[in-house]
Amino acid sequence: MLYRVAGQFKTSYEADYALFPVRQDAWLLAFILLLAFVVFPMTANEFVFRALLIPVLIYSLAALGLNILTGYAGQLSLGTGAFMGVGAYACYKLVTIFPEMNFVIALAISGLFSATVGMAFGLPSLRIKGFYLAIATLAAQFFLVWLFQKWAWLYNYNTSGAIQVPNIDMFGVTVAGPNATAIVQYYFVLAIVCAITFLAINITRGRIGRIWKSVRDMDIAAELVGINLMKAKLMAFFVSSYIVGIAGALFVFLWRGAAEAALFDIPLSFRVLFIAIIGGLGSILGNYLGAILIVALPVILSTVPRAFGLPISPSMVEHLNIMVVGALIITFLIVEPHGLARYWAIIREKLIIWPFPH
Amino acid sequence: MDFLHSILVKPFADMASAPDFLIQVLWEGMVSGVLYALIALGFVLIFKSSRIFNFAQGIMVVFAALTLVGLHERGVPALLAVPLTLVVMFFLAVGIERVVLRPLVNQPDIILFMATIGITLFLIGFGETIFGGENKRMITQELGIPTGSYIFEPFGGFVSIEQKDITAVIGAMVLVAGLLLFLNKSKMGRAIRALGDDHQAALSVGISLSTIWVLVWFIAGVIALVTGIAWGARAGVSFALEVIAYKALPVLMLGGLESVMGAIIGGLMIGVLEKLFEIYWGQPLLGGNTEVWFAYMLALLVLLFRPQGLFGEKIIERV
Repeated sequence: MLYRVAGQFKTSYEADYALFPVRQDAWLLAFILLLAFVVFPMTANEFVFRALLIPVLIYSLAALGLNILTGYAGQLSLGTGAFMGVGAYACYKLVTIFPEMNFVIALAISGLFSATVGMAFGLPSLRIKGFYLAIATLAAQFFLVWLFQKWAWLYNYNTSGAIQVPNIDMFGVTVAGPNATAIVQYYFVLAIVCAITFLAINITRGRIGRIWKSVRDMDIAAELVGINLMKAKLMAFFVSSYIVGIAGALFVFLWRGAAEAALFDIPLSFRVLFIAIIGGLGSILGNYLGAILIVALPVILSTVPRAFGLPISPSMVEHLNIMVVGALIITFLIVEPHGLARYWAIIREKLIIWPFPH
Repeated sequence: MDFLHSILVKPFADMASAPDFLIQVLWEGMVSGVLYALIALGFVLIFKSSRIFNFAQGIMVVFAALTLVGLHERGVPALLAVPLTLVVMFFLAVGIERVVLRPLVNQPDIILFMATIGITLFLIGFGETIFGGENKRMITQELGIPTGSYIFEPFGGFVSIEQKDITAVIGAMVLVAGLLLFLNKSKMGRAIRALGDDHQAALSVGISLSTIWVLVWFIAGVIALVTGIAWGARAGVSFALEVIAYKALPVLMLGGLESVMGAIIGGLMIGVLEKLFEIYWGQPLLGGNTEVWFAYMLALLVLLFRPQGLFGEKIIERV
């Protein structure tokens, strides 16, 4: 009923290629955007912004970057955290060296740094495949985090070894730093995430996306039909690391406020990988669903037992959280290896034919 | 010139001028190399027999060591705690096979890999809930492992070799020899290798997949226990031990994912070379702590020339 496609005729190839072949998809998206841009900011308080909305957006952006590399181009990477770190440190250096630079431009340039580093570590992918490549990306992870600790120039020779976000103004409004309000930061992150998602959707469904998918499905066959593997793989590393780098800069500048090298260590890489896999490899929507799940889980675990009157210590919550995430990953992999995005696809199929299942 | 001198000449001059220190460094490197090799061996066994890249091997080391120490804390005598820990590891293997692996048969490699990461997280949370997260002392004396050290004085210098390290090396050698014997001579071992060569052929001659998987994960658990005791005696038992799992990964890359020999040689190579690099290049020139990435960079370099590792099976790709 709600999702009936009857009567929506396509009379040209353009209409068939359209971003929303079914009109209801567009309405649904409009509804979600309305929620995100109007309803949430009006109803949410400081805690919800800082603990749920902003991290969900930033994690889903990082997962989107990883998903382009792993889900679309098929190159397994375990170094996401370090590439986020490159973005964050590059942004920090840019902001402190050129304080009057527009913050959006600083973000865009810091993405370029992480993209370059990502491409350099992507070079071995031309010869190394599968798990060997996954371990090779760990080289980037460990080396870069080590570099963040040892290269004092990166954190302006602070004695603490951490980077502190200064107050950054844009058009008279403070967007980052201790003085920024949560609602401004939320809108800022939301705008960037929406823009990048829009770009990512169009890249992945266009020519480049198809090249990536063919490389993922079988790279030798792709090479035989005339795809330049080197270009395709390096481009995937470039685009992916660019997005991941911007996510890293947002992670520090608009959420954490301060960061030290250990923040970008391997648990961060894994968290982003979980989001991408639980959400669904090779889908854009999945990143958001996965991020919502992974970010909300600790919050739920710490509030629900208390609501039932069970005494539960913070360290216990921490342990339980790790355990539940582990069990959830296994459960999801067993029940639906293609992730949450596949669930939505199934539900949508069902809705389209509902109430007559044939 | 100065720069080149400090890279190319000075480290070797240092080595030559203090041979006793060099021997000490080599020995330390070899001991950690043996332990890396052991962990890598656990990976290789599971990879060979089931094509599962078992990320949980590192946490199994911690879990085995924690169980052992935890049992002893609860009043079980040390020598009884070891077989009890083995029983726990056996049930862990059965549980993993039943709950995780069986439903995931025939899934793509990356899904199984993710599942082992899930196991890792679960075991971390589970172990911390039961045994607590703080650092514990390994029950070295109670197990009858000598803790003194031998002092040698070659070239008029001073080399100290700890007895527990010698025990670890000997224990590892016995374990590896026993394992090789088991794999090559026993019926079960042959079944494991058959499964590694060709799943379907092995199934068709009546080898039970689930039995072998339980067996393989149990062997990996035994290896984990030995590694845990040896490493715990050096550094204490806590979840920080997990990082040694990350050390075993470059060993695998270097040696090749399928090769038992490669795991042993790769482990020794990485153990010794990373120590040498840290002492003679890392600390004076790069500010130290290079051990976290050196092994990976070395393995990456090797892979650029041999994509299947030093001893891995040649990768043949067909369309």
